[in-house]
Amino acid sequence: MIANLVALAAEEEQNPLVPPGPELLVGTIAFAIVFFFFWKKLLPNINKVLEERRAAIEGGIEEADAMKVEAQSVLEQYKAQLAEARHEAARLRQEAQEQGAALIAEMRAEGQRQREEIVTAGHAQIEADRKVAASALRQDVGKLATELAGKLVGESLEDHARQSRVIDRFLDELEEKAEAAR
Amino acid sequence: MSADQTQLAFDWSCRIMSDNGCGFPAPGLHSFLFKPLATVGGFEFNKVMLLALVTSVLVVAFFWAAFGKAKVVPGKLQMIGEAGYDFVRRGIVYETLGKREGEKWVPLMVSLFFFIWIMNVWSVVPLAQFPVSSIIAYPAVLAAIVYVTWVALTFKKHGFVGFFKNVTGYDKSLGPVLPLVMVIEFFSNLLVRPFTHAVRLFANMFAGHLMLVMFTVASWYLLNSWMVPAAGVSFVMTMAMICFELFVQAVQAYVFVLLACSYIQGALAEHH
Repeated sequence: MIANLVALAAEEEQNPLVPPGPELLVGTIAFAIVFFFFWKKLLPNINKVLEERRAAIEGGIEEADAMKVEAQSVLEQYKAQLAEARHEAARLRQEAQEQGAALIAEMRAEGQRQREEIVTAGHAQIEADRKVAASALRQDVGKLATELAGKLVGESLEDHARQSRVIDRFLDELEEKAEAAR
Repeated sequence: MSADQTQLAFDWSCRIMSDNGCGFPAPGLHSFLFKPLATVGGFEFNKVMLLALVTSVLVVAFFWAAFGKAKVVPGKLQMIGEAGYDFVRRGIVYETLGKREGEKWVPLMVSLFFFIWIMNVWSVVPLAQFPVSSIIAYPAVLAAIVYVTWVALTFKKHGFVGFFKNVTGYDKSLGPVLPLVMVIEFFSNLLVRPFTHAVRLFANMFAGHLMLVMFTVASWYLLNSWMVPAAGVSFVMTMAMICFELFVQAVQAYVFVLLACSYIQGALAEHH
């Protein structure tokens, strides 16, 4: 059987590196089929879809970018508004403080004025009362002194004294003395 | 005749320690011969031709199913197809030729890759169990297509004188060794290159098939008397070789396409 095999090999002169003709033809046809379909139909097909997908993804990215920009601008706006509001609040507070201070000063001035008025009026009243009291006292003292002197002298000096103004003079002297002593 | 040889491997009576006197039916060149399945007008149509054509049908059918009605949001099949397509397009073509120049070579390279890969994979497919690319004719056809392509491209790109400068690696700065370099480069590029391109694929598949057949046949041959454990070892080796072959099949398809790209890149390169 080995002999058979060797004989066969010798007979066919089989060389694995020498391509048999029919196989070359079949190989060419087989590859041509594959290449033709890939080249004409399948790869253009998938390339189109891949391109569409790429476009879709890029579109999505662009959209996302736009959204991001918008969000950014809204944030800026919001921040600006917030800053403005803060500024406004600070301004209002400042104004209120100033107004309050002015009001307090005004009230204080008004109070001062009223106090002074009251004090002045009080003083005037006291002066007037004192004067009234002093004149009444003077009269009473003069009358008492005249009566006393009349009792002592035995005659009424009242009219005379009133006419001569003795008592007044006396009292004036007393006052002067008191002034001098002071 | 050749059918007898292939059937030897499956001769049930042929076992170690049996007294019918038959030895180990080792695989050999006869393992690569097939009885015609049909003869049409003197044209012998055999199993390998059938497998080659089935390869075309399978590759086209799969990608037709995947890309025929391609959608922007891919289904499972389209996703797998796209992964394979992208692997060749980006991983091989764009890597070597660049996106702009590489684009028009993508269909050729994608076809080459999947055609070769599936031709190789038949090696481990039950019932087929024969790598189509272990018949030199198939790698030779593909290598010839690549060869014609890059030679024509070099002529077109550089003109007649430019072609020779390109394939001989003409470079004045080499000085006195330039003639030697030119002769070597000429032989290496124009004569040896297509041969090695085809044989690299062929020989890997050829050797792989021999190994698989050897361990498979040995697993059966050793399954007798006290040699049964040895049959077990052989069987484990068969499994290991199948895994290894799966790897080699993909690698060889990849290398073939990578080389094709680098030849085209060489054809496009400017020589000074």
